[in-house]
Amino acid sequence: MEFLPRLPLADWIDAFVDWLKNADFIFDGLTSFIDVILTGLAGAIGILPSWILIIAFTALTFWFAGRKVGLAAFVLIGLLLLDNMGYWEDMVLTLAIVLTAAIISVVVGVPLGIWMAKKQAVEGTLRPVLDFMQTMPAFVYLIPAVAFFGIGEVPGVVASVIFAMPPTIRLTNLGIRQVSTEMIEAADAFGSTAMQKLFKVQLPMAKTTIMAGVNQTIMLSLSMVVIASMIGAGGLGTAVYYAVGRNDVGGGFEAGFAIVILAIILDRLTQSFSEGKD
Amino acid sequence: MAKIKVEGLTKVFGKKPKRALELLEQNKTKDEILKETGNTVGVNKATFDVKDGEIFVIMGLSGSGKSTLVRLLNRLINPTAGKVWVDSEDLSTMDEKTLRETRRKKMSMVFQKFGLFPFRTIASNVEYGLEIQGMAKEERADKAQNALELVGLKGYENMYPEELSGGMQQRVGLARALANDPDILLMDEAFSALDPLIRKDMQDELIDLQNKMQKTIVFITHDLDEALRLGDRIMIMKGGSVVQIGTPEEILTEPEDEYVEKFVEDVDRSKVFTVGNVMMRAETINMDKEGPRVAMQRMKDAKISSIFVVNRERKLIGIVHADDVSRLMKEGKNSVEEVIDRDIPTTTKDTVLKDILELLTYKSNVPVAVVEDEKIKGIVVRGTVVAALSGSEVKLNGISS
Repeated sequence: MEFLPRLPLADWIDAFVDWLKNADFIFDGLTSFIDVILTGLAGAIGILPSWILIIAFTALTFWFAGRKVGLAAFVLIGLLLLDNMGYWEDMVLTLAIVLTAAIISVVVGVPLGIWMAKKQAVEGTLRPVLDFMQTMPAFVYLIPAVAFFGIGEVPGVVASVIFAMPPTIRLTNLGIRQVSTEMIEAADAFGSTAMQKLFKVQLPMAKTTIMAGVNQTIMLSLSMVVIASMIGAGGLGTAVYYAVGRNDVGGGFEAGFAIVILAIILDRLTQSFSEGKD
Repeated sequence: MAKIKVEGLTKVFGKKPKRALELLEQNKTKDEILKETGNTVGVNKATFDVKDGEIFVIMGLSGSGKSTLVRLLNRLINPTAGKVWVDSEDLSTMDEKTLRETRRKKMSMVFQKFGLFPFRTIASNVEYGLEIQGMAKEERADKAQNALELVGLKGYENMYPEELSGGMQQRVGLARALANDPDILLMDEAFSALDPLIRKDMQDELIDLQNKMQKTIVFITHDLDEALRLGDRIMIMKGGSVVQIGTPEEILTEPEDEYVEKFVEDVDRSKVFTVGNVMMRAETINMDKEGPRVAMQRMKDAKISSIFVVNRERKLIGIVHADDVSRLMKEGKNSVEEVIDRDIPTTTKDTVLKDILELLTYKSNVPVAVVEDEKIKGIVVRGTVVAALSGSEVKLNGISS
């Protein structure tokens, strides 16, 4: 195969990214938009003293995740431990980044999923893009994210959204497609408009599946937040990143535990929503 | 006037419907067209009328196109060719908005698997059709309540569909369809998912409701018994084409072709119904104390030409005929003993009709006596047996079927 010259794929991508930079104003706008949500959320969560939040989280998981005493106890002890280790502020920042990424993912992903379910052509186009987004090593996203959004939390959010949004899109698409023909026929036969059908039948029917996608999105963005610490996104990830740099086993595990505790709480809470409590 | 008029209605599923239509014109069969074009013919040039206020049953086996046909009637499926008029309005050329209005006001549908929304309460399910028309909350709650009362589901408003049995769920489906107060009900195998006993109840109930409301009902089924019970007229379909349209009696007595004949034969009532189902009270005289005069009087009163004779223990002895009895009267005899025909056909209550058909045709002017412990329990006559076999209600002389 040596008769073929090596393709300058990397150069092309660089050129493309450089060209995209012409649209600086868009990225600046996006940056400040994401920043507003992020600082807003971090501020809102951070303003409360930790003990109130600990009680609130414990109560929330107890009420929504099936009233399991064991789980509530775990949340209580876990959060107390987290506070005790001195990771409270990092946790708040991580939570804010994850929630920001999740909100953007849902706001963008659910409509995309709906569109995909309605139009075969959209599904055909979007499916390989989603595959690409999910299989590309997550680290790679960090490079253009820095190029467009600088360093800090905002590119972290952007990289998380790209990495974590596909499940929401996919499962929204799947959920809507799975609504039985008879449901659709019933909606049509009574004279529903397309919008009425979507909001009164398809979305409620697909709710469980969509929430399963949102749950995955949140979990994925949590994992991405750790990786994003490499480009200066603060929070628990940074603690892990530093510990790795200093070969600090104990410190690394401490921060790791903190992430696990947060992950379990987020997972159980969103799962309880996906199980549809009505 | 016809409520729904259908002319040359055709549906071809697949990519090259034009070519398939041409082939249909050449009277090619469904299989030939599938082979040649890869297209499936759902419905092939169906033409029929549904009259105002009738129950029109469309019957066929799976794959006969009956479910496709009913969906062409409210355009859940768009026709490839042909026309549907509802109240003289052409459905096939309606724009989206008019079609939606027609679906909202004129026709409702009841589904085989009920098609209820699991995340809505019973009341809210019934309200759905009204809700999307933008009706005020109280008004539609009122109408839903009425509809639920109509189908006997008062008190279940706040439950969810999964909490109800299949029969009850279908009542909800029916209530939802009735809440809109449509002229036309399209019922797609509405009772097929229910078990046989519940199904019969629902059929009876539908007939009752229909007597009260006089809707135009198009009822799809694959079950001949159901078709015969419900239908004012029945249309039989096969392979997408209409085979025969007629009243239940016409279908049973004059099947158009072998297919219908086989259908009618398949659901053989004579193997299902027993003598007990069609038995009538027997007119008897007691030979030990009653003579020719009493016998004659009784035959006159009951408008019959022969009467069974029993003894003091009510054991069956035989039968006497009117002409013999009148001869005895002229001769001034006091006993009917000498003219009793003792060689009479008898049967038992549990015999299926199939096994006594021969007795009835062979000595058709003599009823068959139903005997238990040598005592006469009733009689079976040809007329009631035929009526029963053709699916009519049988209620005779105080002995219920």
